[in-house]
Amino acid sequence: MTMDNNTALLEIRGIEKDFGGVKAIENLSFMVKPESIKGFIGPNGAGKTTAYNVISGVLAPTSGEVYFQGKKITGLKPYRIAEMGLVRTFQNIQLFHNMTVLENVMMGRHVRSKSGFMASALRLPRMRAEEKETKEKAMEILTLVGLQDQAYFKPDSLPIGYQRLLEIARALAAEPELMLLDEPAAGLNTKETSQLAKLIFRIREKGITILVVEHDMELVMEVSDEVLVLEYGQKIAEDIPRNIQTDPKVIAAYLGEMDD
Amino acid sequence: MAKWIVEKGKGLYFLLFCVLMLVLPLILRMSEAGDYYLSLMVFAGINSMVVIGLNLLMGYAGQISLGHAAFFGLGAYSSGIVTTRFGLSPLWGFTLSIILNFLIAYLLAKPILKLKGHYLAMATLGLGMIFFVLFNELPITGASEGISVGKLYIFGYNMNSRYLKDINYYYLTWIFTLLLTYFALNIVNSRVGRALRAIHSKELAAHSIGVDISRFKTKVFILSTIYAGLAGSIFAHYSTFLCPVDFGLNYSIRVVTMGVVGGMSSIWGGLLGASVLSILPQFLDIFAEYDILIYGLVLILSVIFMPEGISQKISLCWEKCQKKWFHEV
Repeated sequence: MTMDNNTALLEIRGIEKDFGGVKAIENLSFMVKPESIKGFIGPNGAGKTTAYNVISGVLAPTSGEVYFQGKKITGLKPYRIAEMGLVRTFQNIQLFHNMTVLENVMMGRHVRSKSGFMASALRLPRMRAEEKETKEKAMEILTLVGLQDQAYFKPDSLPIGYQRLLEIARALAAEPELMLLDEPAAGLNTKETSQLAKLIFRIREKGITILVVEHDMELVMEVSDEVLVLEYGQKIAEDIPRNIQTDPKVIAAYLGEMDD
Repeated sequence: MAKWIVEKGKGLYFLLFCVLMLVLPLILRMSEAGDYYLSLMVFAGINSMVVIGLNLLMGYAGQISLGHAAFFGLGAYSSGIVTTRFGLSPLWGFTLSIILNFLIAYLLAKPILKLKGHYLAMATLGLGMIFFVLFNELPITGASEGISVGKLYIFGYNMNSRYLKDINYYYLTWIFTLLLTYFALNIVNSRVGRALRAIHSKELAAHSIGVDISRFKTKVFILSTIYAGLAGSIFAHYSTFLCPVDFGLNYSIRVVTMGVVGGMSSIWGGLLGASVLSILPQFLDIFAEYDILIYGLVLILSVIFMPEGISQKISLCWEKCQKKWFHEV
């Protein structure tokens, strides 16, 4: 990556999103620095997933802009954004159930390979070489997340924790610059959650920047360099984890929810 | 040995199948009704091409089409019109068939494939009807009276010679069918095949992982129409006369039924379904008058009792046998 550490990898400028008069996000601006881990929290319905949908191009914002690697990406189709190196996982797991675990991860290599209809139909040598490489890389990543023994299973036969890992593996296979994780710890037990924290650090070691929406506060505070707090579609705080934990506005927003 | 078979599995099956199809006519011709059996096999091959293309579109990419008779017809009429109206070489018929299907599918893909599920079914149904009306009304297609098709010459060799027509067409059809099967098998086991299955499974996730959905849908749609068009061209030369009734809703439903019975998300399933439903009805007289009724019934029954088609039942059986026979695998 050629960017110096002061410029943002991702920059959100004044995003607004209305759903028929209901403001899901109001004037949201923030930055994600390269090779950092940013926690993104807020009570249910605060607009975190909507923000993800806007960033990843699934939803168009009512106004405002998103910049990735200094380029404006608002209005681009999701696949274009993925090609640029911004991939995401989903809160409601979105795996391909008509493929094996390995093939799901190979799907992640889609943007890193290019064999089309012709090359595939004729099994040209370069297609075969690419296919072999895709498979090897996918297997490597499965090993990294610890799912190598499940490679030839169907994803719906896996427990929820493994399915979440598989979503991360698929995103990782794309060798992204930035990964948006959407509640990766939902449905995970304590042991799995601590393994997830280790995995998140290992992903960062590969030079991948991470933005993570999560309700598990312990996890968020452990992994994040900075935490962004959203309430009713508005940013109420953005700081290092220690300051967030003592921020009266954040405590008020989470009153009665803080213990989960 | 067992391990080698499993490793080389897919390629080996295909090779064996090619050999089988090569020698089949020798066996069939031993019978007195040999030419009749060969002609059934020609139709099985023609329908297989259409169904395999359709399986790529429906079974893999998950985009339904109830109007594929239109593209089959476009191919057939391309050959008919080029040879009869313009007196050109049949080769131009095949070429026109590909070009025409490519262009029309390309133009239609964007607006039509935006639709999903039932709406896509309705749109393709309408498409099929529009083309049927065109085949039935336009003077150039011979309207409801039909059009005759010129003889097919390949390097000066008359394919339609009186005594060898069926065997000629058997080989022509199955060379095409096997080639298109080979391409389809390769496509489904590739980056493209995975992308198509991803679109079928979860469009949003496919999009977010970098699949240009509308592009892949357009391309697989075009490919499936070219499969149908080539089948149509061969059909035209083999049957030597075209009537609009062969390219109506009936045919669209028939090919979908073949796909469903064989197994939509399997290329072998397409071959199997097309072959079974092309050949079997000829031996059951009851089909003669009630064919579309029986097709409807078969469609309903297979959707209820084997939604994945015969091919899946067979492959499940085969897996069990493998476990039994080759313990080490």
